[in-house]
Amino acid sequence: MTNKQRAPWVVRSTTAAVGLLAGTLVLAGCGAGGREDGGDEPAEAGSTVGVTDDSIKVGAHYPLTGVAAPGYSEIPTGAQAYFDYVNANGGVYGRQIDYLVRDDAYDPSQTTSVTDELVLQEEIFAMLGGLGTPTHRAVVDTLNEEEVPDLFVSSGSLQWGDDPEAKPWTFGWQPDYEIEGKVIGQYISENLPDAKVGLFLQDDDFGADGEKGVRQYLDSQIVSVQKYTSGNTDVGPQVAALQADGADLVIAFDTPAYTALTQLVSLSLGYSPQWFYSNVGSDPTLVGGLLSNFSEGAVEGSSSSLDGVLTTEYIPGVDAPDDPWVQLWQKVWDENGSDGDLTNYRIYGMSQAYTFVQALFAAGEDLTREGLRDAVEEQGGDFAGPNLAPYRFSADSHMGIAGMRVVQLSGGKGEAQTDILVTDIGDAEITTDDSGQADDAPPESGIPE
Amino acid sequence: MQQLVNTALGGITLGMVFAAFALALVMIWRSTRIVNFAQAAMAMVTTMLALSLIERGWSYWAAFLAALATGFVLGAVIERTLVRRVEGGPELNAVILTLGLFIVLTAGAEIVFGSDYRSFPVPFSLSGTEIGGTTYALTGFDIFTVVAVLVTMGLLLALFQFTDIGLRMRAAAHQQEVARLLGVKVGRMLTLGWALAAVVGSLSGLLIGGGSLVHPHYMESVVVFGFVAAVLGGLDSPAGAVVGGLLLGVTLSFVSGYVGSGLVALAALVVLVVVLMVRPGGLFSATTARRV
Amino acid sequence: MAGVPQRLRTTWREVPLARHLVLAAIGLVLVAFTLPAVGDFRATQLTELAYIALAAAGLTVLTGLNGQLSLGHGALMAVGAYTTALLLDERDAGPPLVLVVLAAVAATLAVGVVVGVAAARLHGPYLAGATLAMAVAVPGIAVHFRDQLGGEQGLRTYTPEIPGWAADAAYYLTGSDPSRSTYVAFLAWATLLLGLVLLANLARSRTGRRWAAVRDDEVAAELAGIHLGRARVSAFAVSAAAAGAAGAMLAIADRNVAPGAFNLNLSMTLVAVVVLGGLGSLTGAIIGAAVLTLLVSFGPGLGRSLGLDDLASEQVAPLVAGLVTVAVILLAPRGLAGIAQGRLAARRARRAYTSAPSSDGGSPPSSSTPAGSGSAGTSTAVSTPTGKGTP
Repeated sequence: MTNKQRAPWVVRSTTAAVGLLAGTLVLAGCGAGGREDGGDEPAEAGSTVGVTDDSIKVGAHYPLTGVAAPGYSEIPTGAQAYFDYVNANGGVYGRQIDYLVRDDAYDPSQTTSVTDELVLQEEIFAMLGGLGTPTHRAVVDTLNEEEVPDLFVSSGSLQWGDDPEAKPWTFGWQPDYEIEGKVIGQYISENLPDAKVGLFLQDDDFGADGEKGVRQYLDSQIVSVQKYTSGNTDVGPQVAALQADGADLVIAFDTPAYTALTQLVSLSLGYSPQWFYSNVGSDPTLVGGLLSNFSEGAVEGSSSSLDGVLTTEYIPGVDAPDDPWVQLWQKVWDENGSDGDLTNYRIYGMSQAYTFVQALFAAGEDLTREGLRDAVEEQGGDFAGPNLAPYRFSADSHMGIAGMRVVQLSGGKGEAQTDILVTDIGDAEITTDDSGQADDAPPESGIPE
Repeated sequence: MQQLVNTALGGITLGMVFAAFALALVMIWRSTRIVNFAQAAMAMVTTMLALSLIERGWSYWAAFLAALATGFVLGAVIERTLVRRVEGGPELNAVILTLGLFIVLTAGAEIVFGSDYRSFPVPFSLSGTEIGGTTYALTGFDIFTVVAVLVTMGLLLALFQFTDIGLRMRAAAHQQEVARLLGVKVGRMLTLGWALAAVVGSLSGLLIGGGSLVHPHYMESVVVFGFVAAVLGGLDSPAGAVVGGLLLGVTLSFVSGYVGSGLVALAALVVLVVVLMVRPGGLFSATTARRV
Repeated sequence: MAGVPQRLRTTWREVPLARHLVLAAIGLVLVAFTLPAVGDFRATQLTELAYIALAAAGLTVLTGLNGQLSLGHGALMAVGAYTTALLLDERDAGPPLVLVVLAAVAATLAVGVVVGVAAARLHGPYLAGATLAMAVAVPGIAVHFRDQLGGEQGLRTYTPEIPGWAADAAYYLTGSDPSRSTYVAFLAWATLLLGLVLLANLARSRTGRRWAAVRDDEVAAELAGIHLGRARVSAFAVSAAAAGAAGAMLAIADRNVAPGAFNLNLSMTLVAVVVLGGLGSLTGAIIGAAVLTLLVSFGPGLGRSLGLDDLASEQVAPLVAGLVTVAVILLAPRGLAGIAQGRLAARRARRAYTSAPSSDGGSPPSSSTPAGSGSAGTSTAVSTPTGKGTP
C-alpha cells in the first residue's frame, strides 16, 4: 500500500470535514443566533408534567433483586393492587394512575440511572415511595432540582423531612428511625433497666439514626455496638462479638434477611439474648419463611420462629385481621392482587398508596406538582388513614408518622406492650397520642375523598 | 476467649471450603495452565439446581449427588467444547474466555432460577456444640463440611497416586508429548481433569450455601477468595491450596470480627500482594520471581 | 495553489497529532449538534457510553498494546470518582471543573503507578487474580471509612453551574438553553475525545512502540535496551489515568459516588467492552461501549418479547454480552474493530492490486501492526480513531 492510494480518501475526508464545519456554522448563524432578551414564557400556574386529562404517571424505585429484595419487593405489588382498585372505581378526578416500578437492586448507582429514566424519559409526575436510605439519598437532590414531587420515601431516615427548605419536594412517610430509637430506648430503660444492651446496626444512616435515638435513653446501658455491611452475609463474627461483650438484649436496626441470619448464627453460637428488631427487619412471616426451610428441627419453621421478639408497629398488619383497615386491604388484594397472600409489606404499599391518593384528591382537580406539594403541607397533618399516629406534615416539617407502639411477637402476632407513643426528632418528649388517629376507620368506598 | 475460639472456628470452616475451591482451581491449573474464573459460577449453578430439586421434594442427599454429577458433566462439556480451543494459546484468551463464561452462567442462572434469596436446608443440626457449659460455633453441618473436604482430598490423593488413570492424568498434564507417545489419550485426560475439578468446585458451592441463604451471586466473593487461597499456596501445589485456604479463612474471619466487615476483601488483597511480592510463585512453590 | 492540497496531504499523513486533533474537533462538533437533539434521557445514556469507552480505551492500551490484563479498572475508576466527589462536596463553591478532572487523573495516575509496580512482577492469571481482588477490595475501603468517604451511601457530588459563555455558545448554536444532562454529556464526550487523542498519539510514539515490544518479546525488548519494568509501569499508569478521568465523569454524571457503582460487574463490563471491540483498538473501545449500551437499552425489551418476566429480562443484556465475549474470543479474537478493519484492509488491498498491478502489492495493509506473537498473542492492531473511516 503506497501513499498515493491513500491520498484521495484523506483529501476527501478533510474536505468533507471542513465543509461540515463551515456548514454547521452557517446553519447555526441562520437558525438560532444570539439570545433574545425578555423572550421568557410567562410563568405557568404550575408544572403538569406526567398528567393528562385521564392519567397520572407515577414512578418508584424498589429493590426487586438483591439482598434487600426479600419483603421489600412485595411493597410495590401492594401499591399496584390499591391503584388498580382506585382505577377500577373511577380513578382520581377521572384520571387513572399509571404506576411504574423500576428495580435498583438496593444499589445507589442503579437508583441514579433508573431515576434518570423515570424522570427524563418516562416523565413521571411524581416519585412515590422510593425505597432505601442509601439508595434514595443518591437521587433526592436530583428530584428536588428537577422539582419532581418526591412523596413518602420508603425509609425512616431523617433527611427526607427535617429540612423542607433544602428539600421542598421530598416528604417522608413512615416514622423516622430516630424516633423509633427513642421509643425503643425509653421502653427498655423503663422496663428492662438492668439489661446489658448490644446494638446490631446496618452500617449507614439507617443504623446511625437509630443509634442516635436509642442513646438518648440508654447510653449507659450499651455494652457493644456491631455493624454489618449490607451484602456481606457472614455475620458470625459480629454476633460472636455481641455475645462476648455480654449483651443480653440486642437492638437490631437491620433488614429482614439479616434478621434471619442473626437468628441462624445465634443458634450456632448458643446465644439467646432478648432480641428487639426495628420495625423494618421484624416481619415474622417473611423471616419465618426464610428460616422455615432449615429443616430437621434445627430452627423452628413458620412465623413462630420470632416468638418473644420485641419490635414496633405503626400501621395495623396481617396479625389483626379484624381491623377495618386490614379488612379493606384484604378485599383490595383479593380483587386486584397478584400471586401470593396479603403480607405486611403489601399492606405497607397499600397504606402508602392510600395516602398518596388522599394527597391527589386534596390537591384538587387542576393537578399540578406545586398543588400536590402544597396540599400535603397544608392538609397532610390531618389526613385520616391506617397510620396509628398522625403525620407531622406542615410547611416546616416533612416528617411522616409521628409515633408507634412497642409490641412483642407471639405466634406471628404482635401483642401491644405500650400505648401509641408520639414524639419528634431531637429532644422532643415522648407522649401518649391523644389524637384518636388509631381509631380511624376507612370510608365505605375504600377510597379517600 | 469464647469469641476468639468461635471466630477461629468460623474461620476454619470457611477456610476448608476455600481450600476445596482452591483445590479445584489448582487441579485445572496443573493440567491445562488455565485459571478457571468461571468455577464459582459453575458451582453456583449446580447448587441452585440442587436447591430446586430439594424444593421439589428430593432428599438432600439425592440432590447433593445430582449437583456433583451435574458439575462433572458441566466441567467436561465446557472443557471439550470451549476451553479446548484456547488451550495452549495465549494466556489472555483463556482468562477472558472463563470470565465470559462467568458472566453467562450468572446471568443465565438469574433467568432460570430467579434472583430471590432462598434458604438452603441441610440434614444436620445448625446448633452449636456444647462443651462444658459453653457453646462453641461448631454445628453439625460445620463438622460435615470439614469431613467432606478432608475425604475429598483423600480420594483425590488416592486417585492420583495409586490408580492407573490417575497416573495417566498426571502424565497428560506434565509431559503431554511423552504421554501421547505412550498411548495416553491426552485430550480425554484433560477433559476428565476439568470434570473432576468441577465436582470439587460444586462441593464447595454446596458447603458454602448449605444452612445459609443462596442466590445467583452468593459465590461471587469466593471467586476472589478462592483464587487468593490458591495463589497463597502456589497454583501448582494441592497441599498449598489447602493450607492457603485455611490461612485465608481464619485471617478473614478475624478481620471481620475485630476490624470491620467492609475490609474483608481488602485484607484478602493485602495478603495476596504481600505473598506475591515476597514469593511470586506462592508459599509452596520453587518458581523464581519474574525479573523486573 | 496545487501545492496546498499536497502539503495538507503530507501533514495529514506524517503528523498523527494533527490528524487526530482534526478528527477529534470534528467529533466534538458533531457531538455538540447531536446532543441537544436527542433528549435528556438519551444524553444520560450517551454520557455513560462516553465514560465506559474512555475507561475501556485505557484498558485496551494496557491489555492490547502492553499485554497486561487488568480486571480491576473499575477500582481505578472509583479512585477518580471519589477524588472528584471529595473536591466537589459543596453546593456553590467548587474549584474549576478542569482542575477537578485533572486532580482525579493525577490521583488515579499515582495509584496506577503503585499498582503498576506490583503488577509488573506478575503475569497472566496471577495479574488477573490480583487485579480482580483489587476490584472487590477498593469499594470496601469506602464502606469502612464512613466519615471520610460516605460509607455505603457514598458521597454527593455537586456539579458547578453551566458556565455563562458555554450556555451562550450552546444557545447560539442550537437555539435552546442546554439542559444539565446535555451539558454533562458534552463534558464527557469532550473528555473522551481528548483522551483518545492523547492515547492514540502515545500509542504511535516511541513509548507506545516500547510497550508493544515488551508485549511481543521480553528478551528482544530488553536486548534493544528497553527497561521492562519501566515500560510496564508507565503503561499501567497511563491506563489508570484514563480510568480516573472516566471515574470523574461518572461522579459528575451520577451526582453521587457510592461503592455499589464500582462492583465486579463494572470491571467485567470493561473487559467485555475491550474484547468485543478488539484488544488494542481504540476505535474498538468506542464500538464495544456502544454495542453494550445498546444491549442494555434493548435487552429488557427483547427478554419481555421472549416471554420472560421483568426481572429475568434485565439479565438478557449481560447474558448476551457474556455470550458475545466468549464467541469473540473463540471466533474473532480481534473483535468487532478487527473485523471491520479486515474488511477495509481487504478492500484497500484489492484496490491496490487493481491500480498498481505491477507493484509488490501483497504487502500487508498499514493499519495492522505485525501480529503479536508473544504473551498477548492475538494480533493487536492499535488503530487511531480514524481506523473505521470509510472513504
